Parts: sequence; structure tokens; C-alpha cells
Amino acid sequence: MARRLVGFHVLRGMGVTLKTFCETYPWGRAVLRVLRIPSTNGLVTIEYPEVKQQHSERFRYFPFLVYDGTPDDLRCVACKICEQECPPQCIHIVMEKDAQGRPVKVHGRTLPAQFDIDMSICMSCRICVDVCPFDAIEMDNAYELSASDRFEHMLFDKQRLLKSNEYFQQIKPTEASEVDQRLAAKQKKTAAPAQAQPASAAPSSPPAAPPGAGPAAPPTGRTPGPQPTGPPRAPQSPPPGA
Amino acid sequence: MSPEIDTRPQVETQTLEVNLGPQHPSTHGVFRMVATLDGETVIRLKPVMGYMHRNHEKIAEGLTYIGCFPYTDRLDYFCAMTNNLALAVAIERLAGIQVSERGEYIRVIMAELTRLVNHTAVTGFLLNDMGAFGTPLLYAFREREKILDLFEAASGSRMMCNYVRPGGVREDLPAGWVERAWEIVRAYPKFLDEFETLLTKNDIILQRTQQVGKLPQPLAVSAGITGPMLRASGVNYDIRKVDGYSVYPRVQFKVPLGTVGDVYDRYLIRILEMRESLKILEQALQALPTTSPSISPKGAAMGKAPRTFRPPKGHAYGRIEAPKGELGFFLVSDGSPQPYRYRIRPPSFINLTVLEDMCLGQKVADVIVILGSIDIVLCEVDR
Repeated sequence: MARRLVGFHVLRGMGVTLKTFCETYPWGRAVLRVLRIPSTNGLVTIEYPEVKQQHSERFRYFPFLVYDGTPDDLRCVACKICEQECPPQCIHIVMEKDAQGRPVKVHGRTLPAQFDIDMSICMSCRICVDVCPFDAIEMDNAYELSASDRFEHMLFDKQRLLKSNEYFQQIKPTEASEVDQRLAAKQKKTAAPAQAQPASAAPSSPPAAPPGAGPAAPPTGRTPGPQPTGPPRAPQSPPPGA
Repeated sequence: MSPEIDTRPQVETQTLEVNLGPQHPSTHGVFRMVATLDGETVIRLKPVMGYMHRNHEKIAEGLTYIGCFPYTDRLDYFCAMTNNLALAVAIERLAGIQVSERGEYIRVIMAELTRLVNHTAVTGFLLNDMGAFGTPLLYAFREREKILDLFEAASGSRMMCNYVRPGGVREDLPAGWVERAWEIVRAYPKFLDEFETLLTKNDIILQRTQQVGKLPQPLAVSAGITGPMLRASGVNYDIRKVDGYSVYPRVQFKVPLGTVGDVYDRYLIRILEMRESLKILEQALQALPTTSPSISPKGAAMGKAPRTFRPPKGHAYGRIEAPKGELGFFLVSDGSPQPYRYRIRPPSFINLTVLEDMCLGQKVADVIVILGSIDIVLCEVDR
């Protein structure tokens, strides 16, 4: 007959709220244990500025540029694939060029003179990371970036985007070790033809791509002509043909 | 004075036009209802939408197919995974991409977890609309939080997942993910029992929801209503069963159906669907293959170089049973890397069309409850 009683199920529902109330406090949990009521293990509030939530390793926020060793030795070759693929178009890249307008090469690789990401537009989708053939751009998990000015503080330039590979290994150990393995395998592949022609010194080599190739042509060296649509497959640092 | 003239005192009544929204917490976003009231009874209701229009369909025509995925996350922000899945299904139909076995299972697991997230949250919001401020909603959000943590572990983001790709999923599941998913699947029925103790037979809820906002079966069918709303009216139509896409034909589950089609039925259908989702999850987690890759080679190549992906000329419509109803993407390809036409069939928008029919003759306080029971997300309505 309890079913007919008006308000009985309201009271039962209140029992649920009372139980949840008890679960919120240590003494309440003790009471529940004594009464042998199974606890459903609610979530504990994280007192944010003092305590920070543990993020999972894959947590992504904004992208950053990875460098090995010194900040001059960044992996990015200014191929502009990420700029092209970025859905909200928040990346802006300018390739480093000399007075004649030819791309400057360091260790056989071109460099970005300018690499800006407008973080107020970025939607953290990770597509730039997926498309980068050089593993030069990765997702950061630093999130406390609020600023009072959009253009001054949220437009990240190259200096602000650069972060070391050690930092990457620290925030995302699994992904970073995978990337390192992949890069080492690529290096091994490209080292073999380079050893066959040890005379070709990397720094003084002229640009392999003809002037008409445009900035999108990656420094592959193996591709004879300009290939604006095809993405480069491997970062072969010293062009063997040169 | 002639005897024909009625001399009894007359009360002159007027109808009152009330604007509910656009900045109103009960409208679940920026949505306006212009209700014409006679006393407290609604005699006319005009929905006004478009405040959240973001031009997604036109923007997508300038993007690569992969580039559209992050925008689909922002359609129905509760169900990013199923939005991704619907677009992936449409692209697979367009280009004939095979999905890897493991990818299919991961997708189904993610889709059903999304259904849990959506139905839990919408039930909490429905109660919020009835005046139970906070309590049921926060219980719902507590459980949602646990699933969002799972999404973050797999995809890197809690809500804007951008995880499903044509051919499978973007990354494989991280180590220990399946165990964490099992924990949630095992603990969820207890939460549902507790939630139902709190709500299902509660006298106040019965009073507020039963026989309110009835949607007759013929109207539901002719208006193109889909999802839990249609099934609450007693129509057995679930695209997981009808189309049998992905691995749904291989798992056992039932389609709960309502009888009356009122707000209470819509609430109850969602609770029952969550229980069925848990059954699907159990079977999918059990059968998750470990050997095959999470994405097929063609899909992986497409993800690495989106601009090289040029589907053949033609068109395709891919649809799935999203938590809110039938979510479909219609794509027209002209052979270029960008879609020529990109059209979304949003369940929220089409389910919203019967709002006036359900509200006529009801009290103004019920309008809020009826709107809550439709389960709309304005970002999806306006796109």
C-alpha cells in the first residue's frame, strides 16, 4: 500500500539526497559504513587554484614548436602544410630567405623566419600535429593562458612557441618516445645515402629546389621538380644530390 | 432599453504575448519562444531561432574533409563523438573507405558512452526545468564527468574530441583505457538505480510530466521526428536497427518504446536507453579485437595528408542514430579535396518543429518542461 501513499516516493528520493550528502563528508562515510550502505563514490571537488587536476597524457590545448638541443635547431622547415590545413587558419609562416630571395638552409633544412599562431582563433583540434611530416609541432597542455589583450598576448610568435624536446618528453612521455623512435628510424634511412657521398657538406650547399618551386616545396632533394601538392615523406637533412 | 441587450457585467479579456528567451536559462541556449497566452494557456507559440548561426555548412565547403571534423564537435557539444562518427560514415560512403575492425568497436563504444553522457545530462536538465534546481542535474553531471575523463584519455579533449576519422579512429586507445571503461560500465547501473529512485516514481514529477506535451504518433511520423522522442510516441524506429551500421547487428539490445508520448515517456525512454547502451557497451568491450589496427590504411593516409584525399564525383548521405535522433551528413563531391556541398540533418532542429503542436493548450509553465523534453542543443539547431 506504500505505493499509493502520496509523497512516499518523494521521501525515498530524499533518502538518496541524504545519502549523497553523507558521502560528501568523512563522518558521513563512516556512518554509511556502519549502516552497511554501499557508497557510490562521488567525485571530490578539486580546489582549483591551490590544487590542480591531473590531466591525462593526451590532454591537448594549444600547439607548440619542438626543437632538439638548442632553440636554433628546430624541426620545423617552414613547409607550410600546417598553415594550409589549419581549419580556422590561425597559423602564419614566413620562410627564412636571403637577399636574393632564396631559402636559407641550416644543416640542409629551411627555416621559418616567422611562425605565428593566433591562439584566440586556434580551436585545439590537433590537425596541425597530424599533418606535420617532420613532427615539428605538438600539442601543449599548459592552459593558464588568460590575458587581458587579445593581440598582444594571444598572438604567439616563434620565440614563445619554441619548446624543447625534453619538455615534450616530460608532458607526454608515451607520444614523445614514439615520435623520437620514428625520427631515429628516418635518420637511419637518410644517413645511408649521405654516407655514400661524404663530400657534400650540408651548410654550404646551394638550395636544391629551383627558384620557381615556391616555399611549399620541401627540401627533399630526391624530388626533381616542384611538387606543390604532395607532402614530403621524410626529412632528409643533407640533400644527397647536391 | 430593449430586452435583447445583455446587461450582465462583461469581463474583457485579452491575450498576452510573452517572450521567453533568447537569454533565458530554460531555453538551453539562445532560443526565443514567442508565446501567446490566454490566461495561463498557450494558444500560439512561435519559435525564433538563428541566434547561434555559425555558418558551418558554408565554411565546410572551403575546408578539406578532415578539416570539417573539428567543426562537427561544435554542433552538439554534448555528443562530439557521435557527430564525428556521422561525418565519418558519410565520407566512407562517399569514397568507399573500409573501416578497421577495431576502429568499428571503438566507435561503437564511444557512441554509446556519448549516449550515456547525453541522456544523463538531458534528464538532469529536464528536472532543472521543472524546478529541481541543482540536485538531479549535479548528480547527472557527476557521472558525466567520469565519462568525459575517459574521452580525454582517449582523444585529448573532454568535449571537443575530434576523434573519429574515416576508416576508424585517430589514435588507438591508451593503455589501461578499457579497464577504466569497464569500471564505469559496471558502476553505472547503480547510479541509474539511484537516479530512478530519486525521480521515476516521484509524485511531483508524475504530476508535472504525465499527460503533458503529448505527441501523437501520426504527427511524430509525418513531422520527421527521430530519436527518443519518436520512440516515446511508440514508433519502433532506431537507425542502429534499421540501417545496422557498424557493429550494431552483432550486439544484442532492445529498443525501448513508449505508449503515451508525453514528457514522462520521453524521460523514461532515455533511462531505458541508457540501460540498453550499457548492454551494448558490455558486449563491445568484451569483443574489442586487440590485433587489428584502430584505423584502416586508407583512412590513416587521409589523416596524414588531407589535401590528397579527393573522393570521386558523386554524393552520399551518411546517417547514424545520434543520442538526439537521426544525425545525417549529405555530401556532394566534385572531385576536389573540398566538399562541393555539405549539408547536415540535425536531429535537434527537426525535433523542434513540433514544439508548437505539443504546447498548444498547455500551461505556460509546461512549455519549459516540453522544450526540455525535446532535448535540443542550439548550436546544432542553428549550425
